[in-house]
Amino acid sequence: MKFAIKASNNPLKSSEIRLETLNKKSRIKQILENYELYLFLLPAIIYFIVFQYIPMYGVLIAFKDYVPSLGILGSPWVGLQHFVRFFESYQFWTLIKNSLGLSIFQLIIGFPMPIIIALLLNQMIHQKYKRFVQTVIYAPHFISIVVLAGMIFVFFSDKGLINSVITLFGGSAISFMSEPSWFKPLYIGSGVWQETGWACIVYLAALAGVSPEIHEAATVDGANKWQRILHVDIPAIMPTAIILLILSVGNLMNIGFEKAFLLQTPLNQPAAEIIPTYVYKVGLQQSEYSFASAVGLFNAVINLVLIWIVNRTAKKVSGSGLW
Amino acid sequence: MSKQKKNNRAKEIKSREDKIFDTINFIFLTLICLAVLYPLYFVVIASISNPDLVYNGSVWLLPKEITFEGYKRIFSDPKIWLGYKNTIIYTVLGTAVQVSLTLMAAYALSRKDLYGKSFFMLLILFTMFFSGGLIPTYLVVKQLGMLNTIWAMIIPKAIAVWNLIVARSFFESSIPNELLEAGKIDGCSNTKFFLKIVLPLSKPIIAVLVLFYAVGNWNSYFDALIYLNDESLYPLQLILRNILIQNQMSVQMMSDLDNLAAQQHVGEIIKYGVIIVAALPLLILYPFVQKYFVKGVLIGGVKG
Repeated sequence: MKFAIKASNNPLKSSEIRLETLNKKSRIKQILENYELYLFLLPAIIYFIVFQYIPMYGVLIAFKDYVPSLGILGSPWVGLQHFVRFFESYQFWTLIKNSLGLSIFQLIIGFPMPIIIALLLNQMIHQKYKRFVQTVIYAPHFISIVVLAGMIFVFFSDKGLINSVITLFGGSAISFMSEPSWFKPLYIGSGVWQETGWACIVYLAALAGVSPEIHEAATVDGANKWQRILHVDIPAIMPTAIILLILSVGNLMNIGFEKAFLLQTPLNQPAAEIIPTYVYKVGLQQSEYSFASAVGLFNAVINLVLIWIVNRTAKKVSGSGLW
Repeated sequence: MSKQKKNNRAKEIKSREDKIFDTINFIFLTLICLAVLYPLYFVVIASISNPDLVYNGSVWLLPKEITFEGYKRIFSDPKIWLGYKNTIIYTVLGTAVQVSLTLMAAYALSRKDLYGKSFFMLLILFTMFFSGGLIPTYLVVKQLGMLNTIWAMIIPKAIAVWNLIVARSFFESSIPNELLEAGKIDGCSNTKFFLKIVLPLSKPIIAVLVLFYAVGNWNSYFDALIYLNDESLYPLQLILRNILIQNQMSVQMMSDLDNLAAQQHVGEIIKYGVIIVAALPLLILYPFVQKYFVKGVLIGGVKG
């Protein structure tokens, strides 16, 4: 992509030559010479081992009946029992449907929005106004999930702003927060409100990389702004859009716990319970560590497979994947 | 009609089309801005209006019967202050740890002469795609004896992979190799080179990291929710959650109100006030540091 922060301009030949000779030195000498770099890296490696890789090993308890006093290794094996229990539980399909439904709709609605707004912003002639709009639409990104959920609760409460508008126009008040069918629109709508502006940044950068000459040439050929958006700007941001699309499809099962959990009320549960919130409740509130780990592992594996498939498809189609 | 004239006419039409486009575009973007700003604006005016008027829906454009009762009640609550204090501690300490670890690791990983670099990168990148999940991570934190301590708020999220990648790309692209060569010739050790040469050249990326991590720490509630039981350790976000979503106003806020309706109405403006109290510091600060955030997103985008 074009929008790299300027790379160091010309890597001089001499340094390359020196590097080559460096490579020829014995590895041990190279390692010893740079022992400080390994010390720099050490805390990070310890962190990743302790908080990422040990939990990956700890996920073994999904195949055991974890008893804290016996430890992970000492607890008895039960094979796939927890997985079977999860697949057979009455909540299984509801959870899958809720989780996937939420992320797919979020993708369909949330993905095109920043593209549209970036395209329009890019056509804005007044630079000052453009910058003002940018500042405004980025701002909600900095509001915490708790505050966002709090705003949803006050705006959509039975006597909240939205309902007073509805009743003003003669409608009857809706209990948004206890109606399962309203959970998805609230979740997705608030996400669009919060993140659309922020997501424009990457597209705006890609658009800024389009050389003005192409636009000039198009104008000379008689293209109006609308036509220039269609035939110059959209092709220009296509690569960026495709990469971001791949990333979001790969993360479909990776839907966040935080907002869904906050927006749950006892009454909207049927639509609002998703896999991560279920893992939290079963695992930490009911202390069914093994079962909850199994559910979490199931989700993680599906997600991994999804990313792998998406990446392979992307490589076949466009010749470039994520790795 | 001569060809020349025809062309001119065509141009005129085009420019008229463009004018229409510009007008519609301007109106549309203005509407978007209003849609973003109005909810925030409404929270502000609702927080300083007479609670009864907010409750019956007659406040929507301007504050009515301005009162600061809500804020008085909020600030009379020691829990809010405690939450602020805890959040500031977690944010400052957490950000310091995160930024130092990230910078050190990112610099080491940006060096071409680091033997085993691709192995370390693989080790780190893999965690972006797969993780043990909530429960095993919780059990590790529990076994380390961190539950209900300030450490649970700092250590388990000491490095964000994304920020590490951002910092590494920055070092790779903006610390020229010749500088290192020159340093080596002058007998500069790696540590000295990192501290004396690299860091002073890396102010933009340090700013980016500080801001990304600090905002994350300030806004996070999830770690506190799972790792903390002790209310005196709760960060602001968790206290907000109790007030905003679980309707747990503390006794201090409501002690003088005996009638249920008044309690309910005041409860609402307390919520608006609390939203302001929590979101304002960031929203005020943000326009001044916006460019660093944008820069951070873009450095990351290179690799994305």
